Amino acid sequence: MTTTTIIGLEVHVQLLTNSKIFCGCSSAFNPHQPNVQTCPVCLGLPGSLPVMNRRAFELAVKTALALNCDIAPFTKWDRKQYYYPDLPKGYQISQYDLPFSDDGALEIEVGGEGGGTRKIGIIRAHLEEDAGKNVHDETGRGTDSQVDLNRAGTPLLEIVSQPDLRSPQEAKRYLEELKLLLTYLNVSDCNMQEGSLRCDANVNLHIHQDDGHKVATPIVEIKNLNSFRNVELAIEFEVKRQYEEWEKTGKKMGEVAKETRGWDAARGKTVPQRGKEEASDYRYFPDPDLVPVTVSAELLDSIRATLCEFPADRRERFKGTYGLSDYDARVTVDQGQAFADYFEEVAGLCGDGKQACNWVTQDVLREMNERNLSIGEFPIRAAVLGNLLERIAKKQITIKSAREVFLELLAENPSRRPISSAHIDQIIAEKGLALVTDTGELEGVIAEVVGKNPKAVADFKAGKQAAVGALIGQVMKAVKGADPQTVRTMLVEKLGNP
Amino acid sequence: MAAQLTPADVLKVAKLARLKLSDAEVGDYTAKLGGILAYVDSLGEVNTDEIEPMVHAVELSNVFRTDEATPSLPREAALSNAPKTDGQFFLVPQILDAE
Ligand SMILES: [Zn+2]
Repeated sequence: MTTTTIIGLEVHVQLLTNSKIFCGCSSAFNPHQPNVQTCPVCLGLPGSLPVMNRRAFELAVKTALALNCDIAPFTKWDRKQYYYPDLPKGYQISQYDLPFSDDGALEIEVGGEGGGTRKIGIIRAHLEEDAGKNVHDETGRGTDSQVDLNRAGTPLLEIVSQPDLRSPQEAKRYLEELKLLLTYLNVSDCNMQEGSLRCDANVNLHIHQDDGHKVATPIVEIKNLNSFRNVELAIEFEVKRQYEEWEKTGKKMGEVAKETRGWDAARGKTVPQRGKEEASDYRYFPDPDLVPVTVSAELLDSIRATLCEFPADRRERFKGTYGLSDYDARVTVDQGQAFADYFEEVAGLCGDGKQACNWVTQDVLREMNERNLSIGEFPIRAAVLGNLLERIAKKQITIKSAREVFLELLAENPSRRPISSAHIDQIIAEKGLALVTDTGELEGVIAEVVGKNPKAVADFKAGKQAAVGALIGQVMKAVKGADPQTVRTMLVEKLGNP
Repeated sequence: MAAQLTPADVLKVAKLARLKLSDAEVGDYTAKLGGILAYVDSLGEVNTDEIEPMVHAVELSNVFRTDEATPSLPREAALSNAPKTDGQFFLVPQILDAE
């Protein structure tokens, strides 16, 4: 008997607009000043009239295009009716039967090096308004709950995937790729702490029995997934729980209502959410206050023109243009657009993509993380790092010396002043790191080192190859910028091949 | 003709709206809501065989506003109609079901 895990994800992203979707209130994240970003429209007061935010609609279409969705020529908004304290009108303006887009796909990389890609279907993407925020009493003393409506009416794009994901890891990978794409498109900041990106997961199992029969367990929707890690953990838990539940009760899909469960991160388990099932009669009908939107070919073209290179295409280009491996292309691109831009500038300047990638994904990333800086704040700009690496390519300094310069540039820069290439010259001069390939200067030092180390010399002559290492080290110590390869050649020559 | 509205329909709608109705009110609303529906149902007398269904009652499309933030209400005004506030938030009876 084997089981297949079936996962579909519903992702809600807040779009990067200045104002709310149907009114002029600011859509900025502002939890510390509750209820200062409201007006009659987003409070749902009688007589107010919602009007669609053009930018919100365009950002939504832009995202759907990037997800390879079909854009509907005609779309409208509906009222989804449910009763909850954070929903002032008693209904959410959403899209029901005519969403503005459907039938797309997002390609994700699965597995490790050479693991291939999988196309994850997108059922639809639609545009709706966010609800407010409830602040619950944590003391358990039964006092009132607080409601903040600053967020009510923020434009939300809901992206619903096909149940194409087959493991918790794939679900996480899909979310990472989606988030990267959304930040590349600059349609959302995708800040999960601030709730700009939220995720619900629909999970069930297909159990393939030995007699050839396939059984599907009831679908469970998991809510409250506020990090990618929690998505992974919650699905892992649910897979185990559903299998055990099936062994115990034998209940199949269709025999019980779809269940909603919440992820309790502290206890590491999903728990049933009472009352959600019976409330799911939303009685949608077209919102008479909002007029439909028709999408012309011109509008579509103008939005398509704002699309940038997508992360997946950029990875491919990095492999082709800069000779990066699958892994390196992924690390470079997945750090975000600004980081990949930085890499490209460095690679262009030093003319060695692989070298640039090593530095950017190891040295730069490590120092960035240590200092808690974004690539935009990193004091060594791409032009300066490119200049430094160019010197390696031109054999002016060794890689080891370049690392010393790199760390020195950071160390002498507590106030984050801009670092220029002139600083590199200065450090190279001060530390004597210029690569010495002048054999005349090296000859004297080598003779001296050989004279002082009769034992190492004897060992080497007796066939102990490793002994030459100690001698190279001493020469390098005496002549700071010596090229180790030159030193080795000269030493071996002087000692005579054993 | 649409099916007759029953007390069970009224109870269901009341539950979805979080309204608690007495037996007398259920009877009262069943009759009143039923009357409204019957009135609306008179539209069914119109012959629509040759008419394309509409998805929306307004024959306008593409009404947009530009994405500009405009001043909101002062908090005091926003909260002024609320039955209960603490001066910062709307207050509602404790929500038992965590989100
Ligand atoms: Zn407003």
